Amino acid sequence: MAQGAKKETLWKLFFSMLYISAFTFGGGFVIITFMKRKFVDELGWIDEQEMLDLTALAQSSPGAIAVNAAILVGWRVGGFLGMVTAVIGTVLPPITILSVISLFYAAFAANPYVALVLKGMQAGVAAVILDVVWGLGANVVKTKSPIHLVVMAAAFIATFVYGVNVIYIILAAGLLGVVLAMVQRQKGGQAQ
Amino acid sequence: MIYLQLFWSFLQIGLFSIGGGYAAMPLIQAQTVQLHGWLSMSEFTDLVTIAEMTPGPIAVNSATFVGIRIAGLPGALIATFGCILPSLFLVSLLAFIYYRYKNLSILQSVLASLRPAVVALIASAGLSILLQVAFGGAQISLVSANWVGLVLFAAAFAALRALKWNPILVMVLCGVGNLLVGLVL
Repeated sequence: MAQGAKKETLWKLFFSMLYISAFTFGGGFVIITFMKRKFVDELGWIDEQEMLDLTALAQSSPGAIAVNAAILVGWRVGGFLGMVTAVIGTVLPPITILSVISLFYAAFAANPYVALVLKGMQAGVAAVILDVVWGLGANVVKTKSPIHLVVMAAAFIATFVYGVNVIYIILAAGLLGVVLAMVQRQKGGQAQ
Repeated sequence: MIYLQLFWSFLQIGLFSIGGGYAAMPLIQAQTVQLHGWLSMSEFTDLVTIAEMTPGPIAVNSATFVGIRIAGLPGALIATFGCILPSLFLVSLLAFIYYRYKNLSILQSVLASLRPAVVALIASAGLSILLQVAFGGAQISLVSANWVGLVLFAAAFAALRALKWNPILVMVLCGVGNLLVGLVL
């Protein structure tokens, strides 16, 4: 790629991510939909199947889905520089917005009317989170996998009742997945 | 050394939150409220509310919010860098593996086991926010319960579940509802 064309691609990548990140409310899955629209449908930089694979990778890796997706698309479009460009474009809007909000937060939170609104909104947030949990939990129940149901129940009791460190719970569940994969592989080997 | 603490805390949040924003929440709570006391439970709940209302990943939003309050703008940048650093390495590695092999069967199994655990963690975080709303972190008792908050919660849950209303709209309505009740009572 010529030097000028590459530079132009990087700028386009940067402003695309900046725009998508600044105007996407509602979490990682929403931002991925916007990225697909931009990079697959509009710019044609990535084909649809590949974008689906990148989505799965972004979801299954640790960290924020939006940042992960930016890293993947960045590498794909512009190599290392593309990755750095995409990530900066993605984190710049939230850093700016939250910096401004946190500067005013103390004054904001001390205002009795604002406090009333925030307090009411907390009830809404609890509902939003538990609504998401309801949907996710139903999906786990639908798999009808006893192991997964036990994992879900055990993890809940461990964290909510006993206050076990979240990181241990995630490590334990991940380890279980490795063991299950190995058992599966052994079974498959015997069957052949 | 506050910079190092911020960096290390948010590095762990970035490293161990698998499955997006809601999954990061319990980790952020553990690091910022329980472990370091950078935020009170009420401030944490405000943070989740603000993060829900603004664009951007909750982990990055939290890193900025906590970082700037604890150590100014450099703190915000360092915390944010800490929280995306694991992704920069691991996702780049995954991208390499993907384009090389396009076959991740053991990863699939790990994810299948992680998913129910992550659901449980999110449930726990959601319930602790509900308890905060209902009892303000005090002893659980029917007398001191915030009944307005509980009614708002129930109405919001019904609106989301049964009527599929937009979450941001539901949250704003809850805020306005509580303000109106507060002004009347």
